[in-house]
Amino acid sequence: MKSIPVSTTINGDPYEFLCAPDETLLDVLRNRLGLTGAKEGCGTGDCGACSVTLNGRLVCSCLVLGAEAGGAEITTIEGMADGDELHPLQRHFIDGAALQCGVCTPGILVAAKALLDKNPDPTDEELRYWLAGNLCRCTGYDKIIRAVQAAAAEMRGA
Amino acid sequence: MVKVLLWGSLRQAADGLTEVEVDAGTFKALLDRLAEAYPGLEPQIRRGVSLSLNGVIYREAWFTEIPPDAEVVLMPYMTGG
Amino acid sequence: MAFDEYQKREFKQVGKRVRRPDGVDKVTGRAMYGADATAPGMLWARILRSPHAHARIRSIDTSAAMALKGVRAVLTGADLPDQEDVFIRDVQNNCMAKDKVLYDGHAVAAVAAVDIATAKAALKLIKVDYEILPHVTDVDKAMAPGAPVVLDGRSLESVPAGMSANVTEHAEFGHGDLGAGFAKADMVLERSYKTPTAHQGYIEPHAALASVTSDGKAELWCCTQGQFYVRTLCAAIMGMEASQLRVTASEIGGGFGGKTTVFIEPVALALARKAGRPVKLVMNRDEVFRATGPTVHSSMDVKIGMTKDGRITAAEAKLRYSGGAFPSGTHSFGAQAAFAAYDLAAVRSYSWNVLTNRPKEAAYRAPGAPQAIYAVEATIDELCQHFGLDPLDVRLKNAARKGTKSSYGPTFPDIGLVATLEAAKAHPHYSAPLEPGQGRGISCGFWFNFGGNSCVSLNINTDGTVGVTEGNPDIGGSRASISLMAAEELGIDYDRVRTIVADTSSLGYNDVTDGSRVTFAVGLATIKAARDAVRVMCERAAKIWGIDADAVEWKDGAAVPAGPNAGKFPPMTLAEIAAVSFETGGPIAGHHEVNVDGAGVSFGVHIVDIEVDKETGATKVLRYTVFQDAGKAVHPSYVEGQMQGGAVQGIGWALNEEYIYGEDGRLQNPTFLDYRVPVASDLPMIDTVILEIPNPGHPYGVRGVGETGIVPPLAAITNAVCRSAGVRMHELPMSPPRVLKALSA
Repeated sequence: MKSIPVSTTINGDPYEFLCAPDETLLDVLRNRLGLTGAKEGCGTGDCGACSVTLNGRLVCSCLVLGAEAGGAEITTIEGMADGDELHPLQRHFIDGAALQCGVCTPGILVAAKALLDKNPDPTDEELRYWLAGNLCRCTGYDKIIRAVQAAAAEMRGA
Repeated sequence: MVKVLLWGSLRQAADGLTEVEVDAGTFKALLDRLAEAYPGLEPQIRRGVSLSLNGVIYREAWFTEIPPDAEVVLMPYMTGG
Repeated sequence: MAFDEYQKREFKQVGKRVRRPDGVDKVTGRAMYGADATAPGMLWARILRSPHAHARIRSIDTSAAMALKGVRAVLTGADLPDQEDVFIRDVQNNCMAKDKVLYDGHAVAAVAAVDIATAKAALKLIKVDYEILPHVTDVDKAMAPGAPVVLDGRSLESVPAGMSANVTEHAEFGHGDLGAGFAKADMVLERSYKTPTAHQGYIEPHAALASVTSDGKAELWCCTQGQFYVRTLCAAIMGMEASQLRVTASEIGGGFGGKTTVFIEPVALALARKAGRPVKLVMNRDEVFRATGPTVHSSMDVKIGMTKDGRITAAEAKLRYSGGAFPSGTHSFGAQAAFAAYDLAAVRSYSWNVLTNRPKEAAYRAPGAPQAIYAVEATIDELCQHFGLDPLDVRLKNAARKGTKSSYGPTFPDIGLVATLEAAKAHPHYSAPLEPGQGRGISCGFWFNFGGNSCVSLNINTDGTVGVTEGNPDIGGSRASISLMAAEELGIDYDRVRTIVADTSSLGYNDVTDGSRVTFAVGLATIKAARDAVRVMCERAAKIWGIDADAVEWKDGAAVPAGPNAGKFPPMTLAEIAAVSFETGGPIAGHHEVNVDGAGVSFGVHIVDIEVDKETGATKVLRYTVFQDAGKAVHPSYVEGQMQGGAVQGIGWALNEEYIYGEDGRLQNPTFLDYRVPVASDLPMIDTVILEIPNPGHPYGVRGVGETGIVPPLAAITNAVCRSAGVRMHELPMSPPRVLKALSA
């Protein structure tokens, strides 16, 4: 199979890579570009550990082809903090002990930010349904819901 | 002499008893005496056992001293998740 | 070793909800997990797995795979040594089948190639000639006469004669006269239960990166709960000396017991040795479900006699557990745990382990206990309903306490069950009104907890900060807890301590992160290592002051002269002593190595409110409260996290999670879509009540908290479903189709 040249933007930076036609965006990010913050938990779009945004839309990068990234704007967990300044979601996840093993955390943070970008004041129920595609096996979600709500409140200036 | 409570399925290896007596001052001596007195217990002791001394469970600890009148219970070797 | 170590004290650091040291790495994507490592010249490996539940391997032809361009090594069972030690042989054969495949997904060959695509293509070129054998995947069928034999000749001497060759172990516990006890009962209830195989469901699949040089030195990077145990197993399988194999534990993306042994690590090492290049091997989710170590599945009979005022007069349990294709001892933990919560004059539990054509069970949070306690707690609840008794009152009436002869033999020392039950009874949740159609269930839970081998090295840096080196992968915030205990003992602020997890070449042996042992046992070793460093710092201060070391004591982070003849010197802080350490004798460190006992058993009580949708059979969890004794909560947030996470895993097991095998012996649901773990929208907040009844075996009174939380949900939800829907379920999971079937029966 002939490799495909792709030009894309990731976290605001220009990237160029070659990938196989059947290679997932997740494999490109992790294996070609060294962006290993997105994790492969299942490879079938069931766990959300590989969540990134593609042109503002939340996607499982294991279900997107690398070739589809051409000309797109992608954001990953590596782009969430502003330099040394953590995003409020990141800060509240640490302060609220919303992670244990932490392997689902990048995906959950990306997903939560995508929600708050659209809906800065979600109800717990809206938040729980939005995050239903992101599995966490350690926390029982309690502290995750609290941390996202605390970050949302801070971001609203509440 | 130390009274040692065995678990039920070891009975067949200890002349039908679930409580046996051996002369031992430490766990190591106790396990050695048990294996000598009841060779049928030896395979299980070799595979591993835990010992409870007055309600506290130990997994190895050969040199733990057994005070007089202590309650000693043999248990399977314990692991967790 | 004495266990009267606990001393009451005012804590200054312990108990604070501090930021964990690995937090920023984990929220920014920087943390390095198993699959995140690479090495120069690295190859990618894939494993070929059996599509059959049980078959003899007649031959494997790897020549076409080897001939494929880009393939650097192919491995089969024939490449691995014959092992004399039966346990090591089982572990090795589970990683790579030798003569027979024993379950769907059993590894039969592996390939290392320049990229994943080539490795995958090579797998398709491997020809395995199987002689398909009859299989059995159900525990009761495997026990029956004439069942296909998974492995022959593996029954221990404890197994009564005449049983199926699949029965490998048997255990019996208990005391008293059952017949007399049952005769005293106003009702004797006998019920049978089944629980499915559940998987730990950690989100991170197993991953390993191995490098073996031609002079026999090896490096292994992997996600594991115990790098030292990985070294032990891999060194044995590879025929290596432990000193030549350095194992580094990556950050671990969940384990829950499932990462306490090896599956792919020896395969990666063997391929790396064959290829002469580093090899990376990562499982996919399908492989995790089919070929790692889920739980036992069980079939159980419980018989309990009760008087009409709620006193249990006798109790008996028969537990048939299958730990899959290789022998497993988990049945005996179930048999010991079954009735641990109760003070019983007559009690007996019997257990058997049975081989089936399923993957070999590994530990999962309190291994063996959730199944047995589910059966017992559901039966007790049914008796409570029969007599119209309050289920918490009945538990309190029969609760084990100090001086109770436990169902597994020992007489209990101080235990926290009664206090936990009383806290549950007094909690507003228990008296909150329910709407029509809602049901409330409760259950007790129990786990033993362990200590184990622990080594800690604690370095006092010249700038007055402290580095703690320990050897247990941090699975839920333990580095923060260990730093807190070091800071407490040294009398300095938490922020001045950093704890790291060392590789196998940097410390003596540490047992696996299991048995809820790390905060307890590694914490104890940390406190003692800190005391060792304090001793050295006091000696240095004494030298500086020109007085006896005995005349110096440590107070609030500083050496101070003590006693009438010590003289008057201003306190010397840790930082001041550290700053001149080169001048006063050299770097200052403390260390402690110990095999810890005295963990102290752990009880929990859960209350759950649910509502069953009678149209769909779906159960909605409305409110959930966990009560558990932590001894001393070192970092309360992570204690709560253990209680919440355990409860939710138990909720998943109760309501949805199960391995489903087809008639062909193949696993039908090896995906997160079909093996449904709880998602955020399934759940309410999980409230927690931490009790702190000090454990006498730990200087700060700490008790392990990780495992007990998974035990009560199975019965608590069963009991709530019965009170909501009016049907008593005796099999898990209570998935919507099963509940609907029960409702229509």
